[in-house]
Amino acid sequence: MRVKPKKTRIEKHHLEDFVGRAYMSFCVLLLIVIIVSMVYFVASKGISTFTSGDVKISEFLFGTKWSPEGDTPSYGAFPFIAGSFLVTLIAALIASPLSICAALFMTEIVPGWGKKLLQPVIELLSGIPSVVYGFVGLSVIVPFLRNTFPGQGIGVAAGALVLSVMILPTITSVAADALASLPQNLKESSFALGATRWQTIARVILPTTFPAIMTGVVLGMARAFGEALAVQMVIGNAPFVPKSLFESASTLTSVITLSMGNTTMGSPQNNALWSMALVLMLMTFIFVLLVRMLERRNKI
Amino acid sequence: MKPRTADKIATVLIVFFALLIVAILVGLLGYILIRGLNHISWDFLTSAPQKIRAGGGVGPQLFNSIYLLVLTLVITVPLGLGAGIFMAEYARPGKLTNFIRLIVEVLSSFPSIVVGLFGLLLIVNTFDLGFSLVSGALALTFFNLPLMVRITEQAFRTVPKQQKEAGFALGLSKWKIVTTVLFPVALPTIITGTILSAGRVFGEAAALMFTAGMSSPRLDFTNWNPSSPTSPLNPFRPAETLAVHIWKINSEGLAPDAVQIAAGASAVLVITVLIFNLAARYFGRVIYRKLTASKRMS
Repeated sequence: MRVKPKKTRIEKHHLEDFVGRAYMSFCVLLLIVIIVSMVYFVASKGISTFTSGDVKISEFLFGTKWSPEGDTPSYGAFPFIAGSFLVTLIAALIASPLSICAALFMTEIVPGWGKKLLQPVIELLSGIPSVVYGFVGLSVIVPFLRNTFPGQGIGVAAGALVLSVMILPTITSVAADALASLPQNLKESSFALGATRWQTIARVILPTTFPAIMTGVVLGMARAFGEALAVQMVIGNAPFVPKSLFESASTLTSVITLSMGNTTMGSPQNNALWSMALVLMLMTFIFVLLVRMLERRNKI
Repeated sequence: MKPRTADKIATVLIVFFALLIVAILVGLLGYILIRGLNHISWDFLTSAPQKIRAGGGVGPQLFNSIYLLVLTLVITVPLGLGAGIFMAEYARPGKLTNFIRLIVEVLSSFPSIVVGLFGLLLIVNTFDLGFSLVSGALALTFFNLPLMVRITEQAFRTVPKQQKEAGFALGLSKWKIVTTVLFPVALPTIITGTILSAGRVFGEAAALMFTAGMSSPRLDFTNWNPSSPTSPLNPFRPAETLAVHIWKINSEGLAPDAVQIAAGASAVLVITVLIFNLAARYFGRVIYRKLTASKRMS
């Protein structure tokens, strides 16, 4: 504890302290203002679709027909919601095993040079901009799919493949951190019992770190769900629920990307797009909530 | 199956998948660089794009990207530093701190397109700044600020506790300790993180499509008066960045050599991000040596 000075004169260091504190409080306050206004603006715009009486919530969420320019316009966003979930889930299914293997490689198989090799790889992969992923997807993955599978190449499979590479770094780095922070004696006692390395990994390491690894998977899915441009470039953007993986589809983000610029503010179609942005935002909250729940489980 | 066989198979599979990721990166970089490098020339980097004819470049887009990055960093770095230092050194554990932490987490996981839409609604329409560099920079601020806060907080948390205690023992005020004792030690980490986050901002496109706009006016690179509409420095003009340009020519490119332009521009983008990566490592090391006692050791 510092002793309070008797002098009433404000000393220089007190003034400094005060100014610093005020500035920092301002920065933090700004963060709060940004998020509150973001939630408020997007939510109020997104809800106006339903409050203005143009579209019912049930029609928006479960209607399968998207034809805002038809004679009797209908605003069913289900194809986009389904498309978003579909590509996200498939991307997570492809990326998770790969990422977990990479994390195991870095921490368990060859902890020395494995980390030195994969760490920069992961950093570079996460640094590559999403439009570049889209461009490579468009010029490599799409022609490959077109030549090997039925269909045009563009579609759910192409979108999921591009996304899976994009979320690899997220899952790998979280999983590697989790594996590295595992107490050493847990492994040692397993080896002491005569277990092989794989038995130790499968029965001790992975079950113990499961919540932490799932945190990485959820973070990756959050990124995949919100990714706009790379997906838009390869998914084909047809407003239908896809019947096969090689069929063209749309996601919430891709339809916003394409249509937002071409609609006038306040029109029912524009409002419906804002409702999709609201769905994206609500999904972000759900992902953050999931991550928090998993982290809490991880601590115990 | 015998445990030993299972162990061998699993090891082979794990190594295979790990090396597959390395192969993916090498393939990606190789593809982008080989496809793009032979299209990059001084002319490509400096000339303006052509709408319908072949032979356009990405000069204005490249300039816009760099300028926008500078504007964004000028706004985010001081704000991020302030909030980050607060979180690391001043915030007492409690409801408010938890709430701020939640905010940072939520803000950093918002999809960039939602950030862009918010920018469209608030900055472009409500504040009436239009599609402009300022709007883009502010949208990127929303996008980059949580990252900056995290970087700063982590950097301050890694400073050894004894440094702070030594400062208190000398009777320094808290602010003095933060600025003269902790900040120099944390600076290398902050700079590394900032440069890495700059790489992310440089490649960001979705948040910019609705804020900085998707077109570039004719720029006069001899006019350095920031208030003139043709000046490249004018912050109130619309600006298409390199990443947005790549997206645009891939989706609606009319020029016959659109694919080559996309390849060249992608290569420029990736090379820049690589440079950011290397620079982050280099500066982090150099500044650490300059600001701490470890220079005497080397």
